[in-house]
Amino acid sequence: MSVLVIAEIDANGLKTATRSAISAAAQLGGEVHVLLAGENIRGVALQAKEIKGLSKILVADAPEYAQGIAENLSPLVRQLAADYQTIVAAATSFGKNLLPRVAALLDVAMVSEVTQILAPRRFVRPIYAGNLNATVAAPAGQLVLTIRPTTFAPAELQGGAAEVVAVAGTGDAAKARFVRRELAVSDRPELATAKVVISGGRSLGSKEAFHATLTPLAEQLGAAIGATRAAVDSGMAPNDWQVGQTGTVIAPELYIAFGVSGAAQHVGGIKDAKIIVAVNTDPDAPIFKVADYGLVADLFTVIPALQSALKG
Amino acid sequence: MKILVQIKRVIDYQVTVRPTADGRNVETAGVKMSINPFDENALEAAVRLKEAGLATEVLAVAIGSAANQDVLRHALAMGADRALLIETEHTLGSLQTAKALKALVAREDPQLVLTGKQAIDDDAAETAQMLAALLDWPQATFASAITLADGVATVVREIDGGQETLQLNLPAVISADLRLNDPRFIKLPALMMAKKKPLETLPLAELGTVDAPALTLEAVNEPPARPAGRVLGNVDELVAALRAAKVLS
Repeated sequence: MSVLVIAEIDANGLKTATRSAISAAAQLGGEVHVLLAGENIRGVALQAKEIKGLSKILVADAPEYAQGIAENLSPLVRQLAADYQTIVAAATSFGKNLLPRVAALLDVAMVSEVTQILAPRRFVRPIYAGNLNATVAAPAGQLVLTIRPTTFAPAELQGGAAEVVAVAGTGDAAKARFVRRELAVSDRPELATAKVVISGGRSLGSKEAFHATLTPLAEQLGAAIGATRAAVDSGMAPNDWQVGQTGTVIAPELYIAFGVSGAAQHVGGIKDAKIIVAVNTDPDAPIFKVADYGLVADLFTVIPALQSALKG
Repeated sequence: MKILVQIKRVIDYQVTVRPTADGRNVETAGVKMSINPFDENALEAAVRLKEAGLATEVLAVAIGSAANQDVLRHALAMGADRALLIETEHTLGSLQTAKALKALVAREDPQLVLTGKQAIDDDAAETAQMLAALLDWPQATFASAITLADGVATVVREIDGGQETLQLNLPAVISADLRLNDPRFIKLPALMMAKKKPLETLPLAELGTVDAPALTLEAVNEPPARPAGRVLGNVDELVAALRAAKVLS
Protein backbone atom coordinates (compact mmCIF):
# COMPACT_ATOMS: atom_id res chain seq x y z
CA MET A 1 0.00 0.00 0.00
CA SER A 2 1.03 3.56 -0.62
CA VAL A 3 1.89 6.49 1.61
CA LEU A 4 0.02 9.81 1.44
CA VAL A 5 1.95 12.96 2.35
CA ILE A 6 -0.14 16.00 3.34
CA ALA A 7 1.53 19.05 1.83
CA GLU A 8 1.84 22.42 3.52
CA ILE A 9 1.48 25.36 1.17
CA ASP A 10 2.29 28.99 1.93
CA ALA A 11 2.66 32.20 -0.11
CA ASN A 12 5.97 30.91 -1.52
CA GLY A 13 4.52 27.56 -2.63
CA LEU A 14 5.35 24.16 -1.21
CA LYS A 15 7.10 24.36 2.18
CA THR A 16 10.57 22.79 2.38
CA ALA A 17 9.35 20.79 5.38
CA THR A 18 6.89 18.96 3.09
CA ARG A 19 9.80 17.77 0.94
CA SER A 20 11.39 16.39 4.11
CA ALA A 21 8.14 14.52 4.79
CA ILE A 22 8.31 13.09 1.24
CA SER A 23 11.85 11.79 1.94
CA ALA A 24 10.64 10.19 5.16
CA ALA A 25 7.61 8.66 3.37
CA ALA A 26 9.93 7.10 0.77
CA GLN A 27 11.62 5.17 3.61
CA LEU A 28 8.33 3.43 4.45
CA GLY A 29 8.14 1.47 1.17
CA GLY A 30 5.42 1.64 -1.49
CA GLU A 31 4.42 4.53 -3.72
CA VAL A 32 4.50 8.06 -2.33
CA HIS A 33 1.58 10.34 -3.18
CA VAL A 34 1.09 13.91 -2.02
CA LEU A 35 -2.11 15.80 -1.28
CA LEU A 36 -2.13 19.48 -2.19
CA ALA A 37 -5.16 21.21 -0.73
CA GLY A 38 -5.63 24.95 -1.15
CA GLU A 39 -7.08 27.60 -3.36
CA ASN A 40 -5.60 28.52 -6.76
CA ILE A 41 -2.73 26.05 -6.39
CA ARG A 42 -2.11 25.15 -10.05
CA GLY A 43 1.39 26.59 -9.85
CA VAL A 44 2.20 24.58 -6.72
CA ALA A 45 0.96 21.40 -8.44
CA LEU A 46 3.27 22.02 -11.41
CA GLN A 47 6.19 22.54 -9.02
CA ALA A 48 5.34 19.39 -7.00
CA LYS A 49 5.08 17.26 -10.17
CA GLU A 50 8.86 17.56 -10.57
CA ILE A 51 9.74 16.33 -7.06
CA LYS A 52 11.86 13.20 -7.15
CA GLY A 53 10.26 10.05 -5.81
CA LEU A 54 6.61 11.08 -6.13
CA SER A 55 4.23 9.06 -8.26
CA LYS A 56 0.95 10.91 -7.82
CA ILE A 57 -0.23 14.40 -6.85
CA LEU A 58 -3.80 14.75 -5.59
CA VAL A 59 -4.98 18.33 -6.04
CA ALA A 60 -7.97 19.60 -4.05
CA ASP A 61 -8.42 23.16 -5.27
CA ALA A 62 -11.29 24.69 -3.32
CA PRO A 63 -11.89 27.84 -1.24
CA GLU A 64 -12.51 25.85 1.98
CA TYR A 65 -8.84 24.80 1.99
CA ALA A 66 -7.36 28.28 1.43
CA GLN A 67 -6.31 28.85 5.06
CA GLY A 68 -5.33 25.36 6.18
CA ILE A 69 -8.27 25.04 8.59
CA ALA A 70 -8.08 21.59 10.27
CA GLU A 71 -11.89 21.25 10.50
CA ASN A 72 -12.11 21.50 6.69
CA LEU A 73 -9.00 19.51 5.78
CA SER A 74 -9.53 16.52 8.08
CA PRO A 75 -12.70 15.21 6.34
CA LEU A 76 -10.87 15.42 2.99
CA VAL A 77 -7.90 13.43 4.32
CA ARG A 78 -10.20 10.92 6.00
CA GLN A 79 -12.00 10.35 2.69
CA LEU A 80 -8.76 9.81 0.75
CA ALA A 81 -7.12 7.72 3.48
CA ALA A 82 -8.93 4.50 2.55
CA ASP A 83 -6.34 3.89 -0.17
CA TYR A 84 -3.30 4.41 2.03
CA GLN A 85 -1.38 2.48 4.67
CA THR A 86 0.25 5.55 6.17
CA ILE A 87 -0.52 9.29 6.29
CA VAL A 88 2.51 11.54 6.81
CA ALA A 89 3.11 15.26 7.35
CA ALA A 90 5.96 17.38 8.69
CA ALA A 91 5.76 18.29 12.38
CA THR A 92 5.32 22.00 11.70
CA SER A 93 2.56 24.00 13.41
CA PHE A 94 0.34 23.07 10.41
CA GLY A 95 1.09 19.32 10.62
CA LYS A 96 0.84 19.18 14.41
CA ASN A 97 -2.55 20.89 14.28
CA LEU A 98 -4.04 18.71 11.55
CA LEU A 99 -2.70 15.16 11.82
CA PRO A 100 -3.95 14.21 15.33
CA ARG A 101 -7.44 15.26 14.20
CA VAL A 102 -7.07 12.96 11.18
CA ALA A 103 -5.79 10.05 13.32
CA ALA A 104 -8.77 10.31 15.67
CA LEU A 105 -11.25 10.42 12.76
CA LEU A 106 -9.64 7.26 11.37
CA ASP A 107 -9.38 5.68 14.87
CA VAL A 108 -5.74 4.77 14.24
CA ALA A 109 -2.44 5.14 16.11
CA MET A 110 -0.37 8.28 15.74
CA VAL A 111 3.38 8.80 16.12
CA SER A 112 4.46 12.43 16.42
CA GLU A 113 7.82 14.10 15.66
CA VAL A 114 9.50 10.97 14.30
CA THR A 115 13.27 11.48 13.99
CA GLN A 116 14.19 8.01 12.74
CA ILE A 117 12.34 5.28 10.82
CA LEU A 118 13.71 1.89 11.92
CA ALA A 119 11.04 -0.15 10.08
CA PRO A 120 7.60 0.72 8.65
CA ARG A 121 6.14 0.23 12.17
CA ARG A 122 9.11 1.09 14.43
CA PHE A 123 10.23 4.63 15.05
CA VAL A 124 12.47 6.76 17.22
CA ARG A 125 11.03 9.98 18.60
CA PRO A 126 12.41 12.42 21.17
CA ILE A 127 10.70 12.75 24.56
CA TYR A 128 11.35 15.06 27.52
CA ALA A 129 12.45 17.97 25.31
CA GLY A 130 14.89 15.75 23.42
CA ASN A 131 16.72 14.70 26.57
CA LEU A 132 15.71 11.08 25.89
CA ASN A 133 14.86 9.09 22.77
CA ALA A 134 11.97 6.62 22.76
CA THR A 135 11.73 3.65 20.41
CA VAL A 136 8.05 2.94 19.76
CA ALA A 137 6.22 0.20 17.85
CA ALA A 138 2.87 0.90 16.22
CA PRO A 139 0.06 -1.69 16.15
CA ALA A 140 -1.21 -3.31 12.93
CA GLY A 141 -3.47 -1.19 10.74
CA GLN A 142 -3.26 2.27 9.28
CA LEU A 143 -0.84 4.72 10.80
CA VAL A 144 -0.54 8.51 11.02
CA LEU A 145 2.91 10.10 11.42
CA THR A 146 4.44 13.51 11.73
CA ILE A 147 8.18 13.67 11.06
CA ARG A 148 10.65 16.23 12.41
CA PRO A 149 11.71 18.08 9.24
CA THR A 150 15.26 18.89 10.38
CA THR A 151 16.19 15.18 10.52
CA PHE A 152 15.14 14.22 6.97
CA ALA A 153 16.82 15.86 3.93
CA PRO A 154 14.23 17.51 1.63
CA ALA A 155 13.35 15.50 -1.51
CA GLU A 156 14.93 16.97 -4.64
CA LEU A 157 12.86 19.43 -6.65
CA GLN A 158 13.89 17.86 -9.96
CA GLY A 159 13.76 14.51 -11.70
CA GLY A 160 10.20 13.48 -10.88
CA ALA A 161 7.30 12.83 -13.20
CA ALA A 162 4.23 12.44 -11.02
CA GLU A 163 0.72 12.08 -12.36
CA VAL A 164 -1.62 14.93 -11.36
CA VAL A 165 -5.17 14.01 -10.33
CA ALA A 166 -7.89 16.43 -9.26
CA VAL A 167 -10.00 15.51 -6.22
CA ALA A 168 -13.28 17.13 -5.23
CA GLY A 169 -13.57 19.35 -2.18
CA THR A 170 -15.53 18.25 0.89
CA GLY A 171 -17.07 21.65 1.61
CA ASP A 172 -16.80 24.11 4.48
CA ALA A 173 -17.42 22.45 7.86
CA ALA A 174 -18.41 25.93 9.12
CA LYS A 175 -16.96 25.30 12.58
CA ALA A 176 -13.96 27.60 12.55
CA ARG A 177 -13.57 30.87 10.71
CA PHE A 178 -10.21 32.28 9.65
CA VAL A 179 -9.84 35.92 10.73
CA ARG A 180 -6.25 36.96 9.98
CA ARG A 181 -2.63 35.92 9.99
CA GLU A 182 0.32 38.09 11.01
CA LEU A 183 3.69 36.80 9.90
CA ALA A 184 6.93 38.35 11.07
CA VAL A 185 8.61 39.96 8.08
CA SER A 186 12.33 39.37 7.85
CA ASP A 187 14.85 39.44 5.03
CA ARG A 188 17.09 37.06 6.95
CA PRO A 189 16.78 33.27 6.49
CA GLU A 190 13.95 31.36 8.20
CA LEU A 191 14.99 30.14 11.66
CA ALA A 192 13.98 26.49 11.11
CA THR A 193 16.09 26.03 7.96
CA ALA A 194 18.93 28.59 8.32
CA LYS A 195 22.48 27.26 7.89
CA VAL A 196 23.75 29.65 10.59
CA VAL A 197 21.80 30.69 13.68
CA ILE A 198 22.97 33.08 16.39
CA SER A 199 20.95 33.45 19.54
CA GLY A 200 20.76 35.48 22.69
CA GLY A 201 19.56 35.02 26.24
CA ARG A 202 18.28 37.37 28.91
CA SER A 203 21.79 38.72 29.60
CA LEU A 204 21.44 40.89 26.47
CA GLY A 205 19.57 43.17 28.91
CA SER A 206 16.86 44.84 26.84
CA LYS A 207 14.98 44.61 23.57
CA GLU A 208 17.07 47.46 22.15
CA ALA A 209 20.34 45.83 23.20
CA PHE A 210 19.20 42.44 21.90
CA HIS A 211 18.53 43.75 18.41
CA ALA A 212 21.40 46.28 18.28
CA THR A 213 23.91 43.65 19.39
CA LEU A 214 22.82 40.63 17.38
CA THR A 215 21.44 42.11 14.13
CA PRO A 216 24.72 43.40 12.61
CA LEU A 217 26.46 40.05 13.26
CA ALA A 218 23.47 38.13 11.86
CA GLU A 219 23.63 40.23 8.71
CA GLN A 220 27.35 39.67 8.37
CA LEU A 221 26.93 35.90 8.75
CA GLY A 222 23.68 35.61 6.76
CA ALA A 223 22.28 34.06 9.93
CA ALA A 224 18.84 33.75 11.48
CA ILE A 225 18.44 35.06 15.03
CA GLY A 226 17.08 32.84 17.77
CA ALA A 227 16.31 33.50 21.42
CA THR A 228 15.85 31.68 24.70
CA ARG A 229 12.50 31.48 26.41
CA ALA A 230 13.78 33.90 29.06
CA ALA A 231 14.64 36.47 26.38
CA VAL A 232 11.24 36.05 24.75
CA ASP A 233 9.34 36.20 28.04
CA SER A 234 11.08 39.41 29.02
CA GLY A 235 9.98 40.97 25.73
CA MET A 236 13.43 41.21 24.11
CA ALA A 237 12.60 39.03 21.12
CA PRO A 238 9.38 37.95 19.36
CA ASN A 239 7.81 34.57 20.24
CA ASP A 240 8.58 32.90 16.95
CA TRP A 241 12.34 33.40 17.51
CA GLN A 242 12.28 31.02 20.47
CA VAL A 243 14.53 28.00 20.09
CA GLY A 244 13.78 24.87 22.13
CA GLN A 245 11.06 22.44 23.14
CA THR A 246 8.29 25.00 23.07
CA GLY A 247 9.71 26.95 20.16
CA THR A 248 11.53 25.87 17.02
CA VAL A 249 13.84 22.86 16.88
CA ILE A 250 16.81 23.69 14.68
CA ALA A 251 19.74 21.81 13.15
CA PRO A 252 21.95 24.44 11.48
CA GLU A 253 25.58 23.99 10.39
CA LEU A 254 26.63 26.57 12.97
CA TYR A 255 24.86 27.70 16.13
CA ILE A 256 26.34 30.46 18.29
CA ALA A 257 24.73 31.03 21.69
CA PHE A 258 25.47 34.38 23.33
CA GLY A 259 24.72 34.62 27.03
CA VAL A 260 22.60 31.46 26.95
CA SER A 261 22.84 29.32 30.09
CA GLY A 262 21.69 26.12 28.39
CA ALA A 263 18.51 24.97 30.13
CA ALA A 264 17.34 21.46 29.12
CA GLN A 265 14.38 22.89 27.15
CA HIS A 266 16.74 25.04 25.07
CA VAL A 267 19.43 22.40 24.55
CA GLY A 268 16.76 19.95 23.32
CA GLY A 269 16.16 22.31 20.40
CA ILE A 270 19.80 22.74 19.28
CA LYS A 271 21.37 19.31 19.88
CA ASP A 272 21.44 18.39 16.21
CA ALA A 273 23.41 21.47 15.13
CA LYS A 274 26.68 20.49 13.43
CA ILE A 275 28.81 22.94 15.43
CA ILE A 276 27.68 24.65 18.64
CA VAL A 277 29.57 27.66 20.00
CA ALA A 278 28.85 29.07 23.45
CA VAL A 279 29.87 32.51 24.68
CA ASN A 280 29.14 33.02 28.36
CA THR A 281 30.82 34.69 31.31
CA ASP A 282 29.89 31.78 33.60
CA PRO A 283 32.34 28.87 33.06
CA ASP A 284 29.87 26.52 34.80
CA ALA A 285 26.94 27.30 32.46
CA PRO A 286 25.43 23.99 31.24
CA ILE A 287 25.63 25.21 27.62
CA PHE A 288 29.40 24.47 27.70
CA LYS A 289 28.62 20.75 28.10
CA VAL A 290 27.11 20.61 24.60
CA ALA A 291 29.29 23.26 22.92
CA ASP A 292 32.04 22.24 20.50
CA TYR A 293 33.79 25.55 21.12
CA GLY A 294 33.38 27.79 24.11
CA LEU A 295 34.55 31.26 25.07
CA VAL A 296 34.30 32.25 28.71
CA ALA A 297 33.90 35.94 27.99
CA ASP A 298 31.50 38.87 27.89
CA LEU A 299 29.33 38.72 24.77
CA PHE A 300 29.45 42.52 24.47
CA THR A 301 33.21 42.36 23.84
CA VAL A 302 33.15 39.10 21.86
CA ILE A 303 30.60 40.23 19.25
CA PRO A 304 32.49 43.33 18.02
CA ALA A 305 35.74 41.33 18.05
CA LEU A 306 34.05 38.59 16.04
CA GLN A 307 32.74 41.15 13.55
CA SER A 308 36.18 42.59 12.92
CA ALA A 309 37.82 39.14 12.77
CA LEU A 310 35.26 38.09 10.14
CA LYS A 311 36.00 41.21 8.09
CA GLY A 312 39.73 40.50 8.11
CA MET B 1 -21.05 27.99 31.04
CA LYS B 2 -18.84 25.21 32.34
CA ILE B 3 -15.17 24.86 31.39
CA LEU B 4 -13.44 21.49 31.64
CA VAL B 5 -9.65 21.66 32.04
CA GLN B 6 -7.61 18.50 31.53
CA ILE B 7 -4.36 18.40 33.51
CA LYS B 8 -1.54 15.86 33.59
CA ARG B 9 0.95 14.91 36.29
CA VAL B 10 4.45 14.74 34.83
CA ILE B 11 8.08 14.71 36.00
CA ASP B 12 8.93 18.25 37.11
CA TYR B 13 10.45 20.26 34.28
CA GLN B 14 13.63 20.94 36.28
CA VAL B 15 14.46 17.26 36.82
CA THR B 16 17.20 15.63 34.72
CA VAL B 17 15.43 12.56 33.36
CA ARG B 18 17.12 9.15 33.02
CA PRO B 19 16.13 5.80 31.50
CA THR B 20 15.38 2.93 33.89
CA ALA B 21 18.16 0.35 34.43
CA ASP B 22 16.61 -2.03 31.86
CA GLY B 23 16.30 0.77 29.29
CA ARG B 24 12.59 0.08 28.80
CA ASN B 25 11.12 3.23 30.33
CA VAL B 26 11.83 6.53 32.06
CA GLU B 27 12.91 6.40 35.71
CA THR B 28 10.14 7.89 37.87
CA ALA B 29 10.99 6.30 41.25
CA GLY B 30 11.77 9.00 43.81
CA VAL B 31 11.50 11.71 41.16
CA LYS B 32 9.70 15.02 41.81
CA MET B 33 6.37 15.21 39.97
CA SER B 34 4.38 18.36 39.13
CA ILE B 35 1.49 19.61 37.05
CA ASN B 36 2.39 19.87 33.36
CA PRO B 37 3.38 23.54 32.81
CA PHE B 38 1.17 24.03 29.73
CA ASP B 39 -1.82 22.72 31.72
CA GLU B 40 -1.21 25.45 34.30
CA ASN B 41 -1.63 27.98 31.48
CA ALA B 42 -4.90 26.28 30.50
CA LEU B 43 -6.14 26.39 34.11
CA GLU B 44 -5.15 30.01 34.57
CA ALA B 45 -7.08 30.91 31.40
CA ALA B 46 -10.18 29.07 32.64
CA VAL B 47 -10.04 30.72 36.07
CA ARG B 48 -9.64 34.17 34.47
CA LEU B 49 -12.68 33.54 32.24
CA LYS B 50 -14.66 32.68 35.35
CA GLU B 51 -13.37 35.76 37.19
CA ALA B 52 -14.47 37.85 34.19
CA GLY B 53 -17.99 36.45 34.56
CA LEU B 54 -17.77 34.48 31.29
CA ALA B 55 -17.88 31.04 32.91
CA THR B 56 -19.82 29.66 35.86
CA GLU B 57 -17.74 26.61 36.77
CA VAL B 58 -14.19 25.33 36.22
CA LEU B 59 -13.79 21.56 36.46
CA ALA B 60 -10.23 20.18 36.61
CA VAL B 61 -9.75 16.59 35.43
CA ALA B 62 -6.74 14.28 35.65
CA ILE B 63 -6.47 10.70 34.40
CA GLY B 64 -4.19 8.28 36.25
CA SER B 65 -3.37 6.79 39.63
CA ALA B 66 -4.41 8.10 43.05
CA ALA B 67 -1.11 10.03 43.10
CA ASN B 68 -2.79 12.55 40.76
CA GLN B 69 -4.64 14.02 43.74
CA ASP B 70 -1.69 16.34 44.32
CA VAL B 71 -2.00 18.05 40.91
CA LEU B 72 -5.79 18.22 41.32
CA ARG B 73 -5.35 19.97 44.70
CA HIS B 74 -2.97 22.33 42.93
CA ALA B 75 -5.70 23.02 40.35
CA LEU B 76 -8.27 23.66 43.09
CA ALA B 77 -5.84 26.05 44.81
CA MET B 78 -5.41 27.92 41.53
CA GLY B 79 -9.16 28.47 41.42
CA ALA B 80 -10.87 25.41 39.92
CA ASP B 81 -14.26 24.84 41.59
CA ARG B 82 -14.23 21.07 41.49
CA ALA B 83 -11.77 18.30 40.65
CA LEU B 84 -12.26 14.86 39.17
CA LEU B 85 -9.78 12.02 39.12
CA ILE B 86 -10.46 9.41 36.46
CA GLU B 87 -8.62 6.59 38.15
CA THR B 88 -6.62 3.97 36.30
CA GLU B 89 -3.30 2.23 36.89
CA HIS B 90 -2.63 2.11 33.14
CA THR B 91 -0.79 4.76 31.19
CA LEU B 92 -3.15 5.88 28.44
CA GLY B 93 -2.06 6.92 24.97
CA SER B 94 -3.36 10.14 23.42
CA LEU B 95 -6.30 8.55 21.59
CA GLN B 96 -7.35 6.57 24.69
CA THR B 97 -7.18 9.79 26.73
CA ALA B 98 -9.27 11.61 24.12
CA LYS B 99 -11.89 8.83 24.21
CA ALA B 100 -12.10 8.94 28.00
CA LEU B 101 -12.49 12.73 27.86
CA LYS B 102 -15.19 12.41 25.21
CA ALA B 103 -17.19 10.18 27.56
CA LEU B 104 -16.66 12.67 30.36
CA VAL B 105 -17.83 15.55 28.15
CA ALA B 106 -21.08 13.61 27.60
CA ARG B 107 -21.58 13.47 31.40
CA GLU B 108 -20.48 16.99 32.29
CA ASP B 109 -21.65 18.96 29.26
CA PRO B 110 -18.96 21.70 29.21
CA GLN B 111 -19.02 24.37 26.51
CA LEU B 112 -15.25 24.64 26.43
CA VAL B 113 -12.47 22.11 27.00
CA LEU B 114 -9.05 23.60 27.73
CA THR B 115 -5.75 21.74 28.03
CA GLY B 116 -2.03 22.33 27.54
CA LYS B 117 -0.74 22.15 23.99
CA GLN B 118 1.53 19.25 24.93
CA ALA B 119 2.74 17.32 27.96
CA ILE B 120 6.46 17.79 28.65
CA ASP B 121 6.96 14.04 29.16
CA ASP B 122 5.76 12.44 25.90
CA ASP B 123 5.87 15.74 23.92
CA ALA B 124 3.08 14.33 21.71
CA ALA B 125 0.79 17.39 21.38
CA GLU B 126 -2.14 15.25 20.21
CA THR B 127 -4.92 14.99 22.82
CA ALA B 128 -6.77 18.29 22.23
CA GLN B 129 -6.96 17.77 18.46
CA MET B 130 -8.09 14.15 18.90
CA LEU B 131 -10.79 15.12 21.39
CA ALA B 132 -12.06 17.87 19.06
CA ALA B 133 -12.24 15.32 16.22
CA LEU B 134 -14.14 12.74 18.33
CA LEU B 135 -16.64 15.38 19.50
CA ASP B 136 -16.83 16.98 16.03
CA TRP B 137 -16.06 20.31 17.72
CA PRO B 138 -13.80 23.05 16.36
CA GLN B 139 -10.27 23.30 17.73
CA ALA B 140 -7.73 26.04 18.35
CA THR B 141 -4.30 24.70 19.20
CA PHE B 142 -1.26 26.60 20.59
CA ALA B 143 -3.48 29.45 21.84
CA SER B 144 -1.84 32.66 23.09
CA ALA B 145 -5.04 34.70 23.58
CA ILE B 146 -8.68 33.72 24.11
CA THR B 147 -11.75 35.96 24.17
CA LEU B 148 -15.34 34.75 24.53
CA ALA B 149 -18.47 36.55 23.35
CA ASP B 150 -21.90 35.49 22.07
CA GLY B 151 -21.13 31.79 21.80
CA VAL B 152 -17.93 32.41 19.81
CA ALA B 153 -14.32 31.99 20.97
CA THR B 154 -11.81 34.26 19.24
CA VAL B 155 -8.39 32.69 19.59
CA VAL B 156 -4.93 33.89 18.62
CA ARG B 157 -2.67 30.93 17.77
CA GLU B 158 1.12 30.73 17.73
CA ILE B 159 2.16 29.40 14.31
CA ASP B 160 5.51 29.02 12.54
CA GLY B 161 6.64 32.52 11.60
CA GLY B 162 3.95 34.45 13.46
CA GLN B 163 0.36 34.31 14.71
CA GLU B 164 -3.11 33.71 13.32
CA THR B 165 -6.58 34.47 14.63
CA LEU B 166 -9.54 32.07 14.36
CA GLN B 167 -13.15 32.26 15.47
CA LEU B 168 -14.70 29.04 16.75
CA ASN B 169 -18.36 28.32 17.36
CA LEU B 170 -18.79 26.93 20.90
CA PRO B 171 -18.57 24.23 22.12
CA ALA B 172 -14.88 24.01 21.28
CA VAL B 173 -11.52 22.57 22.36
CA ILE B 174 -8.56 24.90 22.91
CA SER B 175 -4.94 23.97 23.74
CA ALA B 176 -2.79 26.50 25.60
CA ASP B 177 0.62 27.79 24.59
CA LEU B 178 3.01 29.16 27.25
CA ARG B 179 2.29 32.69 25.96
CA LEU B 180 -1.35 32.50 26.98
CA ASN B 181 -0.71 33.90 30.48
CA ASP B 182 1.44 33.80 33.60
CA PRO B 183 -0.14 31.26 35.96
CA ARG B 184 -0.78 32.71 39.41
CA PHE B 185 1.39 31.89 42.40
CA ILE B 186 -0.53 29.80 44.93
CA LYS B 187 -0.68 31.34 48.41
CA LEU B 188 -1.16 29.34 51.60
CA PRO B 189 -4.82 30.42 52.23
CA ALA B 190 -5.71 29.21 48.72
CA LEU B 191 -4.11 25.85 49.50
CA MET B 192 -6.13 25.60 52.73
CA MET B 193 -9.35 26.53 50.89
CA ALA B 194 -8.59 23.91 48.22
CA LYS B 195 -8.76 21.18 50.88
CA LYS B 196 -12.44 21.98 51.36
CA LYS B 197 -13.31 21.84 47.67
CA PRO B 198 -14.78 18.64 46.19
CA LEU B 199 -12.34 16.11 44.71
CA GLU B 200 -14.26 13.19 43.28
CA THR B 201 -12.83 9.90 42.00
CA LEU B 202 -14.32 7.97 39.12
CA PRO B 203 -12.92 4.61 37.98
CA LEU B 204 -12.01 4.77 34.28
CA ALA B 205 -14.20 1.70 33.64
CA GLU B 206 -17.28 3.73 34.57
CA LEU B 207 -16.75 5.90 31.52
CA GLY B 208 -17.16 2.84 29.32
CA THR B 209 -14.62 1.30 27.02
CA VAL B 210 -11.68 3.39 25.85
CA ASP B 211 -10.15 0.79 23.57
CA ALA B 212 -7.97 2.51 21.01
CA PRO B 213 -4.87 1.55 19.07
CA ALA B 214 -1.84 2.59 21.11
CA LEU B 215 1.92 2.56 20.69
CA THR B 216 4.21 0.13 22.51
CA LEU B 217 7.21 1.69 24.20
CA GLU B 218 10.15 -0.61 23.40
CA ALA B 219 13.15 1.32 24.65
CA VAL B 220 14.24 4.63 26.16
CA ASN B 221 17.81 5.81 25.55
CA GLU B 222 19.91 8.86 26.17
CA PRO B 223 20.68 10.48 22.81
CA PRO B 224 24.28 10.00 21.67
CA ALA B 225 26.49 12.42 23.61
CA ARG B 226 28.18 15.14 21.58
CA PRO B 227 31.97 14.80 21.60
CA ALA B 228 33.57 16.90 24.34
CA GLY B 229 34.15 20.48 23.27
CA ARG B 230 37.03 22.87 23.87
CA VAL B 231 37.17 26.18 25.66
CA LEU B 232 39.19 28.58 23.51
CA GLY B 233 41.26 31.56 24.60
CA ASN B 234 40.05 34.30 22.28
CA VAL B 235 37.96 35.28 19.27
CA ASP B 236 40.76 34.68 16.75
CA GLU B 237 41.12 31.07 17.88
CA LEU B 238 37.34 30.67 17.54
CA VAL B 239 37.26 32.04 14.00
CA ALA B 240 40.20 29.80 13.02
CA ALA B 241 38.44 26.73 14.49
CA LEU B 242 35.16 27.52 12.71
CA ARG B 243 36.98 28.04 9.40
CA ALA B 244 38.82 24.73 9.87
CA ALA B 245 35.44 23.03 10.52
CA LYS B 246 34.19 24.63 7.26
CA VAL B 247 31.17 26.26 8.89
CA LEU B 248 32.54 29.75 8.24
CA SER B 249 34.07 31.03 5.04
